Amino acid sequence: MDFEMTEEQALIVEQVRRFVREEIVTLEAKLDPDASRLEPEDQARLVAMTREMGLYGLGIPPEFGGPEIDIVTHTLIAMETSQHRAGLYSPCFGAFGGAGLAQLFEANDLQKERYLFPMLRGEKRGFFGLTEPSGGSDPARAIRTKAVRDGDDWVINGSKIFISGADVADFGIVFARTDASKGRGGVTCFIVDADTPGFHVRRVVHTLRSGHYGTELQFEDARVPDANVLGKVGGGFAIANDRLTRQRIPYAAGCIGVAIKAQAMCVDYAKQRETFGAALSTRQAIQWMVVDNEIDIRTSRWATLAAACKAARGEPYRAEAAMAKLLASEGASRVVDRAIQIHGGYGVTKDFPFERWYREMRIRRIGEGPSEVQRIVMARELFDQALY
Amino acid sequence: MAGVRLDKPWIPLTDENVARLAGELGVYQLADSEGRIVRIGYAGGRSLFGLRGELRAALAAGEAARFRTEVTSQYLSRYEELLMVHKADFGDLPAGNEADSRRRLGRLSPG
Repeated sequence: MDFEMTEEQALIVEQVRRFVREEIVTLEAKLDPDASRLEPEDQARLVAMTREMGLYGLGIPPEFGGPEIDIVTHTLIAMETSQHRAGLYSPCFGAFGGAGLAQLFEANDLQKERYLFPMLRGEKRGFFGLTEPSGGSDPARAIRTKAVRDGDDWVINGSKIFISGADVADFGIVFARTDASKGRGGVTCFIVDADTPGFHVRRVVHTLRSGHYGTELQFEDARVPDANVLGKVGGGFAIANDRLTRQRIPYAAGCIGVAIKAQAMCVDYAKQRETFGAALSTRQAIQWMVVDNEIDIRTSRWATLAAACKAARGEPYRAEAAMAKLLASEGASRVVDRAIQIHGGYGVTKDFPFERWYREMRIRRIGEGPSEVQRIVMARELFDQALY
Repeated sequence: MAGVRLDKPWIPLTDENVARLAGELGVYQLADSEGRIVRIGYAGGRSLFGLRGELRAALAAGEAARFRTEVTSQYLSRYEELLMVHKADFGDLPAGNEADSRRRLGRLSPG
């Protein structure tokens, strides 16, 4: 196995790296340290640049207008786009676009016309409504929101929590139980318009992130037409599961990008900062921290690229994606923690990005399935069985 | 769970009261003498002297008669929330938040 980049990949990575340093970091310096978005005119200018680069719409299949970028190259790009203060959750402030709700690529023609194409044109926004107060890691059992058939409609009642972007969305993909007697087979996925009577965004859920929040949703006899069932009745679990697996590789890559940036800052700082008459870089305690950083970075980078390579070959990659997500989120957390230690008092100030990365990296060990769930996924494969 | 609305009593916007504020991160509301909110703001990571600095600037500009604050490290999401709640309660943003109407603000039905 060879992880050397092709000539084309190296050129793309260099182009993206320059874009991050020259455009993103420059703009970001003027923003609040916790900011997650740009002024609309700056955003539009950056999107025009990524379109010009031929890299807008990463993750969108070429047949839907996305660039001809394979998953390995996409992963390499994701390791670059997160290398700035807001980069972990807002890589390049969304200038490279994205697939949004990738599940809609599997929608029927009418649904594509109403939801997918407007979303890809940037005219509509969607949210992903899976997690409930009863849990998120085990959607087959935790989903208690119910949908009951009534003529040509389904009537939805229940609640969702930690849902990003529901308050600004035009529609959402919502998972609800349609058959209480079945576990995984009893969950169906619906497309719900945000102006549906009975759909409410009840509150903002504040988290460790300041520039972003989740929301709590409530469905009170929200009536959704049968035409808005995404996929098959009872097929919602597979849709949810597919997204979770698919997301884990870029999710891991984002963590690695931040760790790479933090490590570069550690090396620079250790060379120039002196204590007791010598540079920090000459102190074994610091050297070992930097070496441990490098081990965490390389280990998670290799695992993530291995998962991407397997996905690119069309082979099952669920366990590899789980391992990559676990290694990258936990490894990058350690890297950021050590970076704060190396930078001392400055490390915890808002003058540097570490304190933001430290808070946000903690969420990465939970989001898209906590480390424990990643271990369950891997254990299932090792024992060739469904453990639960 | 903290209340969705900022329900603290109003404080007169005076030199003396502003000087008592801590230099913390957080959110604030400014009101006229009738208690109508004229602007919602925040003291973020780049604010000099945090809430005290922001309110001192508001006082110097003669923006309002009263104020109230809430110290929070989640100042950006809390700021968004207060804007959304104001829109849900009054149908629009405060006059001093005109610039925020350029971007897409969330809908909230706080109940």
